[in-house]
Amino acid sequence: MADISLDGAAKGTGIGRRLGLVAERIVWPLLTLAVALGGWTLIQQTVATDLPGVGETLARGIELFSDPFYIAGPNDQGIFWQLLYSLGRVLAGFGLACLIGLPLGLLIGTSQAASRAFTPFIEVMRPVSPLAWLPIGLLLFRAVDPSAIFVILITSIWPVILNTAAGVRAVPADYVQVGRVLRLGRLAMFRRILLPAALPYVLAGMRLSLGTAWMVIVAAEMLTGGVGIGFFIWDEWNNLSVPSILVAIVLIGLVGIALDAAMAAVQRRLSH
Amino acid sequence: MAPSSSSISSPAAAPAVAGEKPPLLELVNLWKRFGDGPAQVTAVSNVNLKIREGEFVCLVGPSGCGKSTLFNMVGGLLPADDDGSILMHGRPMADGALLGKVSFMPQRDLLFAWRNVVDNAILGLEVEGTPKAAARARALEMLPDFGLKGFEKHYPHQLSGGMRQRVALMRTFLFERDMILLDEPFGALDALTRAMMQRWLLDIWARYRRTVLFITHDIDEAIFLGDRVVVMTARPGTIKCDEVIELPRPRDAGIVTSPDFIDIKRRLLGAIEEEARKSFVSTTGGAG
Repeated sequence: MADISLDGAAKGTGIGRRLGLVAERIVWPLLTLAVALGGWTLIQQTVATDLPGVGETLARGIELFSDPFYIAGPNDQGIFWQLLYSLGRVLAGFGLACLIGLPLGLLIGTSQAASRAFTPFIEVMRPVSPLAWLPIGLLLFRAVDPSAIFVILITSIWPVILNTAAGVRAVPADYVQVGRVLRLGRLAMFRRILLPAALPYVLAGMRLSLGTAWMVIVAAEMLTGGVGIGFFIWDEWNNLSVPSILVAIVLIGLVGIALDAAMAAVQRRLSH
Repeated sequence: MAPSSSSISSPAAAPAVAGEKPPLLELVNLWKRFGDGPAQVTAVSNVNLKIREGEFVCLVGPSGCGKSTLFNMVGGLLPADDDGSILMHGRPMADGALLGKVSFMPQRDLLFAWRNVVDNAILGLEVEGTPKAAARARALEMLPDFGLKGFEKHYPHQLSGGMRQRVALMRTFLFERDMILLDEPFGALDALTRAMMQRWLLDIWARYRRTVLFITHDIDEAIFLGDRVVVMTARPGTIKCDEVIELPRPRDAGIVTSPDFIDIKRRLLGAIEEEARKSFVSTTGGAG
């Protein structure tokens, strides 16, 4: 007689569930990738014959990553250094955006007068294209690095300011009452109650800001030159090396994902 | 005939006998008005109340009668009008002087989501400059009394409603002040948890013997917990009656079915229902 055990059924269900998870996390993304690569190949063979194929781009990628650390001159360096320079500028601009944006957001969130004073200014500045700021940066600093950092700062500061202000405004009035009963001074109120309570908003703003900074750097470097992933793309375009550009595009996307994942991890760690 | 288990005193505060220790808290002719001109609303009118050290006083009244306004004035969060005064240990308290003089627990537990149980409990001590290690040690000693042993590292979202209230009460008790204000602390809990919390609060109160002003809508709760039950009138809120509850302590759950308890409840219900009717009529614009 067959031995039918519930345990076996449960195991079967477990395997089924596991296979479902594998499909969800691996099969579907791979399927999307296959469709994208298929579409690319189709376009390359029918509409845009000048576009490099998947194989050619992959070969160029392998070539670039076979020696990512070379330095042949001040502007001729391996892909690793190009990325590193860009990341350095991004983190500098992002750091400044947080350093300035956080206290400003706290001020706007807690003071009606500050809110009235700064909001119109922010609303005017926020939609301005990053590239519009580049000539101003070059005029002010007359150097590539500070200009790029300035552009990142001026375009990535707004999410930090606005989210911090929104977070502080969202702190329940009762929390402030607790602070008053405990006779907290203004600074202690910020440090012990307002900032920790607003932290989820602040971190969300920082995450948006970092994403913006990484998008902006490519455009900024294209126009300023020097070493960096943006300049690398422009340089490769001048050399008519489109496969290199496609490799760089994928790389920019992957670094963007990594930066966002890092910020998401910080959010998970610090948010309540 | 058996002697009455409680007595109603007049709302006016009796004058202190010479040489007698002044009450811990005294409200004298206390008023609170909001707004100006024809739109002015009187929330609290001519309140006189004395609370002695170690007393558990419950304040009941219809919705909108000014209980929470009174609570905020005693807590120092709201200045009283100039007509009256608040005295602590016989000394008048100027505007803002009451802040930090009382421990305070509003309706919501107001635990900080980013702090665990112990760190929430020690907030008051921390602010006062107690070293964190010493504050934590004191809180850890208290945890078993508050039924929180083993939960010290938990965060508010990991706790049940009753446990959150116990953490908030622990914070209130650790912030050692002569007086504790509790504004409907069990209002959001289900009936069973609420009954458990009431009994638990009495145990804690018996152990630490702090002076408590407890605001509630629930007459049963007020009689079960209090040494006195003060009934407020409909708005503008003033004191209608002040009933001394002479039920024996320690009180257990069975006391709520005792004839004495029911007798007190009947009297207080009469007083409150009359006020609730007035308050209902005033909000609906006249009797039906």
